[in-house]
Amino acid sequence: MSKEMIVTDEDFVLDVSSDITTDRNFASQSFWKGVFTRFKNNKRAMTGLVIIILIFILAVFGPMISGYGYKEIITNGQTQEVAKSLAPRIPALHRLFTGADYQDAFAGKVFLFGTDSLGRDLFTRVWYGARVSLMIAFVTILIDMLIGMSYGLISGYFGQVCDGIMQRFVEIANSIPRLVIVGVLATFMPKGVWLVIVALLLTEWIGMSKIARAEMLKIKGQEYIMASRTLGAKSFRIIFSDVLPNTIGPVITQVMFSIPTAIFTEAFLSFVGVGIVLPQCSIGSLIEDGFNNITTLPYQILPPIIVLALLMLAFNFVGDGLREALAPRIEDM
Amino acid sequence: MAKYIIKRVFMALVTLFMITFLLFLLVRIMPGNPFPSERMSAEAIAKKRAEMGLDDPILVQFGNYLKNVIGKGSFGKGSSLYNGAPISTVLPGCMANSFKIGGLSILIGVVFGLILGIGAALNRGHFWDTFCTVLSILGVCVPSYVFMIFLQYFLAYKVTIFPFYFDMSRFMGSSIIPALSLSLFSMSTIARFTRNEMVEVMDSDYVLLAESKGMYGTKLVTKHILRNALIPIVTVIAPLIVDLLTGALVVEKIYGINGLGKLMVDAISGEGIDYNYVLALGIIYSALYIGIMLVLDITYGLLDPRIRLAGRKES
Repeated sequence: MSKEMIVTDEDFVLDVSSDITTDRNFASQSFWKGVFTRFKNNKRAMTGLVIIILIFILAVFGPMISGYGYKEIITNGQTQEVAKSLAPRIPALHRLFTGADYQDAFAGKVFLFGTDSLGRDLFTRVWYGARVSLMIAFVTILIDMLIGMSYGLISGYFGQVCDGIMQRFVEIANSIPRLVIVGVLATFMPKGVWLVIVALLLTEWIGMSKIARAEMLKIKGQEYIMASRTLGAKSFRIIFSDVLPNTIGPVITQVMFSIPTAIFTEAFLSFVGVGIVLPQCSIGSLIEDGFNNITTLPYQILPPIIVLALLMLAFNFVGDGLREALAPRIEDM
Repeated sequence: MAKYIIKRVFMALVTLFMITFLLFLLVRIMPGNPFPSERMSAEAIAKKRAEMGLDDPILVQFGNYLKNVIGKGSFGKGSSLYNGAPISTVLPGCMANSFKIGGLSILIGVVFGLILGIGAALNRGHFWDTFCTVLSILGVCVPSYVFMIFLQYFLAYKVTIFPFYFDMSRFMGSSIIPALSLSLFSMSTIARFTRNEMVEVMDSDYVLLAESKGMYGTKLVTKHILRNALIPIVTVIAPLIVDLLTGALVVEKIYGINGLGKLMVDAISGEGIDYNYVLALGIIYSALYIGIMLVLDITYGLLDPRIRLAGRKES
């Protein structure tokens, strides 16, 4: 007689003694983990990152360390003498080399970068200026990223007539030099932070949109997009929740290259005199101040220039590192 | 090829027209008053507006403006700069100065950039290579006007080899500093780009083949490597020229060169903003930019037939 086999749940036992689900010989890595490892092994990129972090910390805490306000004119308590145009002074170093303390009205006060011609502490001003410059750069570039990415993705996704019109518009917008935009803006906007921000907003999104569009064209035809569409996903969902996460790498690289451009543009506008207005300061306006006194007080121009150069350098290094980490060539792997 | 060029030129003209209209619209429509209201009575302003045709419909104004620009080459008069002299009398001199300095710096940038880049690629890992890398890092992180300040301080103030300010009578001597500082960025970019392109080409199979056939030295470099390495360099020159325009703005201002850049700075940074100058310079800058792009596009098409064909397939 034949007995019918009845399979019950108890017949199946999960083998928990050995972890067979994980392949230990060929461990797979998530994409972002690989990017992170490659980035970490890139010395230049890490140097850049460290410089950026240091400058960030100093920009946040620097003005606090010195104990002076960025627009505070430093005077001697008793005689009301203003600390005008003092060269950098650190009492301890001075004593070390000359064996004596400073003997003037500001004995005992520390001015790491010296003071400017109105008697304000340059150390405080440089880091305050770096803070302003960085803030402008980050805010505008993040907004530009949102605008540029959406624009590029939408243009790339719908294609045909929509793409044609949107790309003609980009072409025209791209053909207006930035300084023309600044000039036209200056005719109806007051000089100041907002002029810089609007000028950057109007120009920097173009690069991002181009990259986002190129990524969209690359991804659009892949199977998972088709699967998503078959399952009934609407365009909005496909663009912003299926494609967007996969375009983030190249876009972030572009962001890293745009930030130095933004910092540079701000510095150059402030230098020309349409950017930051007094008593506010930024890297650019500090360079301008230093330049006005360069023949008599050359030490004043050095700190802002060095900070500017380091920022540009660091962001470029990080950008390069990210690009290499995101798209490794075969021989690097 | 002719079809490609005609299409490009037409596109460029349309773009320029659109930009002119856009700029005109922005400058005229946006809030902002070209007349100092505290110094002029309301009637005087109204009279002046009518005289300048500011009360006409905007399209009529634009038509008149275009007619003047194209027909007579006149951009109207400035309001605060040069005591209100017609812009068209001020412009040619400024353009000449800017072009001379800009041309010189492009020349320095391209020639030295190429030499450095080729030198670096041929001596990979040696002194030239390191030098090229350092230069390209410097070029990226030091803006041209900062470099200019240094040059001015050391070469014109500490050691007085060159004049401290621009001097028309010593044109060559006084254009070295601005041209050199403007060329730093293009020089470093071209050097790095040339190096990378050449290294890529030198590693390719056909160069290996040429070498194994017994080709070496100058002939290999000029006939096989450079020809292919140089094509993409044309693409980087366009953005470099644009950077040059921006850089020239400050460099001209610092060095006291009467050029387009200084004119632009004076027009926007003074007490009263000079609307007509902003508009005229905006149009000229855009035209320059579009013109340069057009020329490079066509050059690129001539150099590399693939671009042309791709363009044709698309249209």
